[in-house]
Amino acid sequence: MTLAVTQERTVENTGRGPLSRDEMARVVARDIPDGSYVNLGIGQPTKVADYLELGSGVTLHTENGMLGMGPIATGDDIDPDLMNAGKQPVTELPGASYFHHADSFAMMRGGHLDVCIMGAFQVSAGGDLANWHTGAADAIPAVGGAMDLAIGAKDVFVMMSLFAKDGAPKLVPACTYPLTGVACVSRVYTELATFLVGPAGTTVVETFGVTVAELASRLDVPVHRLED
Amino acid sequence: MTATITDAADAVTAVKDGATVLVGGFGMAGMPVELIDALIEHGAGDLTIVSNNAGNGDTGLAALLAAGRVRKVICSFPRQSDSWIFDGLYRAGKIELEVVPQGNLAERMRAAGAGIGAFFSPTGVGTPLAEGKETRTIDGRDYVLEYPIRGDVALIRAHVADRIGNLVYRKTARNFGPVMATAATVTIAQVSRVVDVGELDPENVVTPGIYVDRIVEVPS
Repeated sequence: MTLAVTQERTVENTGRGPLSRDEMARVVARDIPDGSYVNLGIGQPTKVADYLELGSGVTLHTENGMLGMGPIATGDDIDPDLMNAGKQPVTELPGASYFHHADSFAMMRGGHLDVCIMGAFQVSAGGDLANWHTGAADAIPAVGGAMDLAIGAKDVFVMMSLFAKDGAPKLVPACTYPLTGVACVSRVYTELATFLVGPAGTTVVETFGVTVAELASRLDVPVHRLED
Repeated sequence: MTATITDAADAVTAVKDGATVLVGGFGMAGMPVELIDALIEHGAGDLTIVSNNAGNGDTGLAALLAAGRVRKVICSFPRQSDSWIFDGLYRAGKIELEVVPQGNLAERMRAAGAGIGAFFSPTGVGTPLAEGKETRTIDGRDYVLEYPIRGDVALIRAHVADRIGNLVYRKTARNFGPVMATAATVTIAQVSRVVDVGELDPENVVTPGIYVDRIVEVPS
């Protein structure tokens, strides 16, 4: 982790419900420093782009070979040669650049990207990430750029629901799904709380609709407060 | 040898049974669809295909798979909403799959084209995709040994070529093209337009003609 949290005490927002998906995207966007180079993963993380302030100087990277990616293209702006990593048509912003795949992943692996935001099946208290394969016998494995992003960006943020559909926590002592990367995640954004994860364990930065004590009772990992 | 300009049917005769074929494109952007159609017509089989995906819809790479010409796919992301042809072959046990992280896929081809014997990559350390591979700790960080992927033939799509094979690409359709062009014995480039020597600004050439063997013009 390279980005430090500026607040000194854990904030418990109990007078409200859990975050909506749009609110989660806004919370993540708020934590991206001005001027950062950022890769947004496929799915929910894409929404973060909607909440980046104009003039923040944040430059979006897409691993299929572009910096300076603009919003989704519509109508006459759709160009089959201009896609994002999710293969959706996008636009280019002034100052954009194109490069080939080996360069795109070299800039990732080489530590030049500031932040990458991905979804996850599970994150461990130590920051291990599992987001590419359920391990099910009939599943077709597909990794894409997830393993490269996980170990490449200076900070890896995960956006996910805190609990799976069956109620099992997705923030776990150790991942049971096949790993994408080891000790690579620095922050986990969920609808109920934002966590720091890593060698120091799990720390709650902010809660939404629950207390830290309630979170602690529902998780199998010890959670700390910033002021601890 | 200097590149030659030909048609798709003639160009793909370079692909023999059992060949390893590098196929450019990220989804359909940069996919040389007309070259793949010609390859299906040509009839070479038992192929190993190296590409980012394993076909979309029913055209291009998906059509080659549907024709039963592919023994193995090496790719980063086979599973997509429109990869039903690959999915069916895979579940029926009719095709082999090697999943490679996207950056390692690109770098393994780059290594092949650059004369590198192997390289240590931090990608995949501690994951199932590193199982059975040599690892090493260098300056306190763990790496996995990855070997080059070399093609017999590369099929790529660029935007404009000059008559000696210098290539310019367009937007994100560039993707794997420049890397694959360096990594195959025979590189075939499908382009929208061929111009005379001297018409491309040398400062803008992305793939120098030394890497390109055959040029096929397919106006788009």
